[in-house]
Amino acid sequence: MMRKLSLVLAMVLVLSLFTGCGSQQAAAPAPTGNADESDKETIKVGLNYELSGNVATYGQGLTEGIELAVEEINSNNGVLGKQIELVKADNKSDNAEAANVATKLITRDKVVAILGPATSGNTKGAIPVATQHKVPLISASATADDVTVDSNGNVREFIFKTCFNDSFQGFIMANFAFEDLKLKNAAVLLDNTSDYSKGLAASFKERFESLGGTVVTEQAYQAKEKDFRAVLTNIKGANPDVLFLPGYYEEVGLIVKQARELGLNVPVLGGDGYDSPKLVELAGKEALNQVYFTNHYSSKDDSPEVVKFKEAFNAKYGKDPDAFNALGYDLAYFLADAIERAGEAEPLKIKDALAATKDFQGITGTLSVDEKHNPVKAITIIEMKDGVQTFLKKQQP
Amino acid sequence: MRILSKKNIITALLILLIYAVGEVMLRQGIIDSYIELNIMLIGINIILAVGLNLVTGITGQFSLGHAAFMAVGAYTSAIFTAKFGQSFIVAMVFSAIAAALAGVIIGIPTLRLKGDYLAIATLGFGEIIKIVALNIDYIGGARGFMDIPKYTNWTWLYFMVVLSIVVIKNFVDSRGGRACISISQDETAAEAMGINTTKYKILAFVIGAFFAGIAGALYANYFYFIKPDSFGYMKSIDILVIVVFGGMGSIAGSVVGAIVLSLISLFLQSIPELRMVVYAVILFLIMVYRPQGLLGKGEFKLKFLRKRVA
Amino acid sequence: MEQVLQQLINGISLGSIYALIALGYTMVYGIINLINFAHGDIYMIGAYIGFACTTFLGMGFIPALIVSMVSSAVLGVIVEKVAYKPIRKSTRIAALITAISVSLFLEYGMMYFVKPETRTFPEVLPSQNITLGNVIVNNKDIYIVIVTVVLMLVLQYIIHNTKTGMAMRATSMDSEAAKLMGISVDNTISATFALGSCLAGAAGVMVGVYYNSIDPLMGMMPGIKAFIAAVIGGIGIIPGAMFGGYLLGITETMVSAYGYSLYKDAVAFAILILMLLIKPKGLFGKNVREKV
Repeated sequence: MMRKLSLVLAMVLVLSLFTGCGSQQAAAPAPTGNADESDKETIKVGLNYELSGNVATYGQGLTEGIELAVEEINSNNGVLGKQIELVKADNKSDNAEAANVATKLITRDKVVAILGPATSGNTKGAIPVATQHKVPLISASATADDVTVDSNGNVREFIFKTCFNDSFQGFIMANFAFEDLKLKNAAVLLDNTSDYSKGLAASFKERFESLGGTVVTEQAYQAKEKDFRAVLTNIKGANPDVLFLPGYYEEVGLIVKQARELGLNVPVLGGDGYDSPKLVELAGKEALNQVYFTNHYSSKDDSPEVVKFKEAFNAKYGKDPDAFNALGYDLAYFLADAIERAGEAEPLKIKDALAATKDFQGITGTLSVDEKHNPVKAITIIEMKDGVQTFLKKQQP
Repeated sequence: MRILSKKNIITALLILLIYAVGEVMLRQGIIDSYIELNIMLIGINIILAVGLNLVTGITGQFSLGHAAFMAVGAYTSAIFTAKFGQSFIVAMVFSAIAAALAGVIIGIPTLRLKGDYLAIATLGFGEIIKIVALNIDYIGGARGFMDIPKYTNWTWLYFMVVLSIVVIKNFVDSRGGRACISISQDETAAEAMGINTTKYKILAFVIGAFFAGIAGALYANYFYFIKPDSFGYMKSIDILVIVVFGGMGSIAGSVVGAIVLSLISLFLQSIPELRMVVYAVILFLIMVYRPQGLLGKGEFKLKFLRKRVA
Repeated sequence: MEQVLQQLINGISLGSIYALIALGYTMVYGIINLINFAHGDIYMIGAYIGFACTTFLGMGFIPALIVSMVSSAVLGVIVEKVAYKPIRKSTRIAALITAISVSLFLEYGMMYFVKPETRTFPEVLPSQNITLGNVIVNNKDIYIVIVTVVLMLVLQYIIHNTKTGMAMRATSMDSEAAKLMGISVDNTISATFALGSCLAGAAGVMVGVYYNSIDPLMGMMPGIKAFIAAVIGGIGIIPGAMFGGYLLGITETMVSAYGYSLYKDAVAFAILILMLLIKPKGLFGKNVREKV
């Protein structure tokens, strides 16, 4: 009896898969009034993010920024007179699921563009889907160089990113360490489970050594760890005069704190993964001295847009925004701007408009898209003094 | 048992029929890429589950490291197709063999272990393989392995699924299979009866690993990108859940289990934040209320083909 | 040389955490033969309770620790009654999968309620360094070791000098006989869970205070490592779990010290497998022949 039942059950489920029963989700403001014609009156944008799994923090952070932006855009008459409808989906921090989700968003929900995933790895999983179906995909945080460019150096036509390439940030920091801070012996501590961290470390090392510096030791940790004293003790023993630490704030905060406790007081350099109010919480103010990192913008920036963003974010979510929130926010506006310029919510036209972006003004800076679909924007170096971010210098590309 | 018995011919025809239907629907575009992707996932899960069922359900060896065999297969196939430019059939052969070797390597030291200890040891092995993969730059390490050519299609998937089911089912029905079942019932008694438990335990691991390797190859050459994190103990647990859900010791159960659980996971896509919580609750309820799984130890029999005994 | 000493100190604090969690694992396994996969998650929830106490209720370290220990104990008993009691008679695999499902439920349930980002503790235990030459010892290191040793001594006392403890030992040896002697097996099992979870909760709070960072998935790896520690010492043997915890912590730190930090998890598993092959009863275990 049970066997027959389960066979029937299986067949029913399979059939419903065919009819696509399991696929409607909309997460954001439905347009008022024309509920029946919602397809024509809204522009559907897909969100392909890690909402569960071990990098859920980043996926959720980006989503929060995007949702805030879309709320604002929609209340300002939307894009091309239509409301943006976000279709949110969770790729479980897995690249096969990212491909699955991307396929669903495109074929079932008929989105005109996809935002995300957050990590380079999962983005790589979704790339073939976007390319095959000719729908643009933009990531605000997939920093690996080979996300937008394939192994032959050709640009991937439908893939864009609004964040710096790994190679760029590492390069800049190497210059900064050697030329500005005049330090010659660097220790590198990277996150072996993050391609972001490994990418930055690799480009830092290459540039630093080419300038004449020496990398005295290279150590590694894994994401989600809490105890770094073993590798820090090793680093201390190698006597560096600067530490390059290209990780995310969750680990960096702890690392800097433990480093200072162990008596390792050299300057610490890193990338945009540092930008979060949690960094100060985790590390404590006193530890955050002589810490420098590259970023898209400075949250200390007094410009009205940044201030307005912070206030709006605080009002909606009750906390201060971090880099991921800001990037998400800009990502939504970036796409909206492209759709406006495209004149029509149609994937191919949007793709062309994206590629042609020039001087888009976001809160994380002004950016243009180059021929490799990488952003051309100024990079800022921030110094932390007593746990407070102070703007140090801005560098045009 | 004659090979050309009526039952076998009908089964073969049925198999070919399903294949043809699938192929037609794909070509005509009735099945779009979303369904195709999920069919691929289901198929891969079936192969994995059936393999693990042989190890855990039939032979009673509690293995929490099955995903590692899949990883070996996936990376081998990726290397052979992307780096060495070989054809899929060549890559798949090597993937299966490499995974089978891994099965031997894991099977031998764990021979003496039982129950929970075996589970944790296999979990440990699985993690070790994953950590090693994370640290080899040639295959990309944490960055993963990208640009794997897409060779997997309905034909490959379907016939691999059929192959795995047929081979394992036939093994289970054979003397070797019965030896394995006796090991899971009472190993000491089996030894006393003269069954070479060592040989059969390793054989079970090897066969299970062999097919997991094939599943890995199919996975790698469809999803274009693989990374070590996808093959951790969570994946092993996923496969184990399918096996238990369908019924340990039941091949048909694994097939049904794979289909049903994959679909449940799909339906839960709509509530991302609560998805895992719901999954955990479902799992728990099954364990408490129907721990033998959907099909228990039974199989499907084509009863309607039997002649009535007068 | 000083580096080695420093690493040793690092290893000891790490080991204390593993030891505390391992104690709970070993007790539960000793009594109902179940690898409580959810134990690492009780440690995590203990940390969050401590976080709530210190951040929202403004408690100090010791009060928060006590509240967390008590709450974790209660949670442990609830988990046992709701999830593990119904499957006590089931197969081992069913029990294991149930444990896994509880673990997933706790992890993702927490994630749903508190969001996946890390939280930090307020400064309830000001940090001071004691410098001996080039070696730096933090007062938190000392606290952790002291608390761990004290808790273990208390645990030993309870196990060997109280009736409840005697009941626990009896039940773990032979639960049928224990029942015949009038011991309430159910209550004993609950008490075991309560004690074990209490320790895990303590470990959670200390980790929160020491490392200043907690997140919903923080229990997975330490949970598995603690299990390895328990196996090393001999599952079911309490001093063994302590020893195993310290051994694992120091080994891990030394592996990192020699530059192989990326393999430290692999080494931990390798040790586990070796132990299981060579001396499955653990370093302190007694060899029991399997009866046919």
